[in-house]
Amino acid sequence: MINEAAEIETVIKVNGLTRRFGNLTAVDDISFQVVRGEIFGFLGPNGAGKTTTVRMLTGVIEPTIGSATIQGYDIRKASILSREHIAVVPEQANVYLDLSVWRNLMLMAELYGIPRDRRVSSGERLLEALGLLKRKDSKARELSKGLKQRLMLCAALVTEPEVLFLDEPTSGLDVQSARLIRKIVRELNADGLTIFITTHNMVEAGDICSRVAIIDKGVIVAIDTPGNLRSMVRKRQYVEAVFREHAPPQEKMESIPGVIRLESDQEVFRLYTEAPGSVATLLGVLTDSLGLELEQLNTRKPSLEDVFLYYTGDGGIE
Amino acid sequence: MSAQSDGKRWRRQLHGSLVILQKNVLLYYLKPPVLIFGVLFPVFFFLAFKMGRDVSPSGVVPGMVAMALWFTASAIGPLVTPWERRAKTWERLISTPISLRAILAGDVLSGFVFGSTVSVIPVILGLLLTDAHVTNLPLLVGGILAGALTFASLGVLLSTPPASSPSNIMLLSNLVRLPLLFVSGIFVPIDQMPAWAGWVAPLSPLSYASALIRAAYGSVPYFPVWLCFLMLLLFTTVMFAASCRFHRMYRAKGL
Repeated sequence: MINEAAEIETVIKVNGLTRRFGNLTAVDDISFQVVRGEIFGFLGPNGAGKTTTVRMLTGVIEPTIGSATIQGYDIRKASILSREHIAVVPEQANVYLDLSVWRNLMLMAELYGIPRDRRVSSGERLLEALGLLKRKDSKARELSKGLKQRLMLCAALVTEPEVLFLDEPTSGLDVQSARLIRKIVRELNADGLTIFITTHNMVEAGDICSRVAIIDKGVIVAIDTPGNLRSMVRKRQYVEAVFREHAPPQEKMESIPGVIRLESDQEVFRLYTEAPGSVATLLGVLTDSLGLELEQLNTRKPSLEDVFLYYTGDGGIE
Repeated sequence: MSAQSDGKRWRRQLHGSLVILQKNVLLYYLKPPVLIFGVLFPVFFFLAFKMGRDVSPSGVVPGMVAMALWFTASAIGPLVTPWERRAKTWERLISTPISLRAILAGDVLSGFVFGSTVSVIPVILGLLLTDAHVTNLPLLVGGILAGALTFASLGVLLSTPPASSPSNIMLLSNLVRLPLLFVSGIFVPIDQMPAWAGWVAPLSPLSYASALIRAAYGSVPYFPVWLCFLMLLLFTTVMFAASCRFHRMYRAKGL
């Protein structure tokens, strides 16, 4: 049931996927592709349709309209075959609290038909990597939230997936667990695993994702690498300046060619511009001509959070 | 798709059902709702029926076996899915490459194993403590196994409404199981019940299992033996198919 040989490198292909719940359209005609070896970030505010998209792709709910393939297998017509290639760490899902850490792991591996010797060896390796080996025989209910999330990740990885879906994997976790999970995600990706991650943590997305899609009100509003997305929102670039003792008059700074607007926060001045290089040069010239002195001068690209706010309707200023 | 790969897929799904069975044994057999509604209920009903009444052991023991089978085999199904929905393990389970049908088959197997195993206890107690005796052992075994399968399917069917709390489903299951208990020839043989009850009895799967078990203890069965097996098979098939359909409809509810 592989559709085309050309699709092999495209691990996830989504075409016009839509999901309605009664009158509410949770996901509206989205299309995108994820290629092998990517960490694909799916960003959006709460209720934007991230989890619904993941649930459709992982076979938990059926799309109302549209299609998608995973490793070439249609998620509707060959649902079981498509699910053989994936593992999921759902946002709210839990492990079996009354089973031991080890039994939880083995149960998942058995459901995916992983042979005994392989599931035992990879189970031990994963528990070691995620710092759970000493808790192997503990009941899952005895683990903290962070350790449970690590166990969920182990239980997903022991199934030897080709695509890993992580739905808000670090939400509400302590710093150590969140950092460990991000480190493991990077290592897994370096080993060739394709990762689809939903998050509203912009720092995390900018840090680990090779490409991101921003979804808002069920519609994908932007999709590109974090760097390109930041560049696209050129009006949110700015020059940041701190002056020694006195700053030039604000009207003079606003009149520098290319400055779109000026913001100041006590002694820090931000000159928003599409051409931060030339504005920085001209600001230096202006400061010299007035006999003043610059203490700090930096050009800043917008953060992914700026990009996110711009696309999801709170960019406001533009 | 070749026959070989079809066979492989069937084996994978069957293996999946057995893994689900194993999970359910470890997690749910000793849960309080199962022990209360599956084990204590039939004991109390038996005591309420027997105490102070002059009923022959041959009349009581088959009824006790059928009642134990009814409650135990149908106790697992209504617990598993609502429990998993509430514990947030259901979503992970249905995203595995095990079909919904195989997952539900695993739940049916769980009720089947629990019911047929526990119902051996009243059989042994009846043999040890009363003068009731089994006249047709293969029929008793067949009746227990067929009944357990049907009642376990009923349990899984009862678990289909997308309730967030297992107690709501247990309540619903008792609303269905208790009335059927009284029209299925458990306490009083169907031919001795009022005429209206005689009309209702064929609609209950318990009537057929009860008739088979009574026949195994030497009574003349109310329904022909072949009809009992046929009807139990029919109930199992219809209820399992309905379970799959309703579970698919409500798959995403309550996640």
